[in-house]
Amino acid sequence: MSTETEHTTESDKSDDEHSHEHPSDKKYFQIAGILAILTALEVATYWLESVPGEILIPVLMIMMVVKFFYVAAWFMHLRFDNSLFMKFFVSGLILASVVYAIFLTVFEFWHKG
Amino acid sequence: MTNQTHSEETTTGLSHNKLGMWVFLGSECLLFGALISTYLLYRGRFADGPAPGDIFDIPFTSVSSFVLLMSSLTMVLALSALQRGDERNNRLWLLTTALLGAVFVGGQVYEFTTFLREGLGYTTSPFSSAFFTLTGFHGVHVSLGVIFLMSLYVSSARGNLHKERAETVELIGLYWHFVDIVWIFIFTVIYLVPSPTS
Repeated sequence: MSTETEHTTESDKSDDEHSHEHPSDKKYFQIAGILAILTALEVATYWLESVPGEILIPVLMIMMVVKFFYVAAWFMHLRFDNSLFMKFFVSGLILASVVYAIFLTVFEFWHKG
Repeated sequence: MTNQTHSEETTTGLSHNKLGMWVFLGSECLLFGALISTYLLYRGRFADGPAPGDIFDIPFTSVSSFVLLMSSLTMVLALSALQRGDERNNRLWLLTTALLGAVFVGGQVYEFTTFLREGLGYTTSPFSSAFFTLTGFHGVHVSLGVIFLMSLYVSSARGNLHKERAETVELIGLYWHFVDIVWIFIFTVIYLVPSPTS
């Protein structure tokens, strides 16, 4: 059981240092292309009537999260900016997810489906 | 009008404006989380009115979603142009982003009026109230974004938006991308996940 994970703190620090190294316009077009393909795939599922919800919903959720990640990381520059910005944003996101997961559980949303 | 690098001016070494914007966006997650959760609770309660599965026009909304998604590209290109000192292209991409946003809002107005004609008003059912509140709030955010973008465009056209003020464009850009991210959620959860039919 080797534990060689201590080095990440050093690399995290150096990540913070090289903020504002924003990507090229070509890269932005590539990201937009990926987002367009993912959106097309999402929309295509609308016509797949034979696929059961147990498979379809997780697939849609995964594509949604990937799109979210690409916009936040590349277009909002979270990948390149100081990690404090990400911490503030992710804190709000996690707080909202936890609060409303509890809210939906209290109202028995998961049982109703 | 001060807008230089904030590394020496602030306690964190980071721009307070930018930090404030990220805190604001974090808090917006709670607002939209509440609206999305409420919609999920009420989507099956359509009383005698139309059900979501009967009324949603997925091909039309897909086009609107694509338009908003591509506006995120044009927004980041506007920022990129200004950071290079290319004010002409900055104006071009700002205007394009505002136009794409206006097309999205126009599509939403068309969708709302179609629903009204088909008998889905704000008070028709718990589903309709939750739906109009959620998508309406998002629409207001996009509309505000269009106003911000147009004010940036006018500022640039008057010669007041230079490379040194790129952070102003970046802050509006963060807001704009957030609005796009929220729609990514709404489009999947409200429109694409199979909805109840009557």
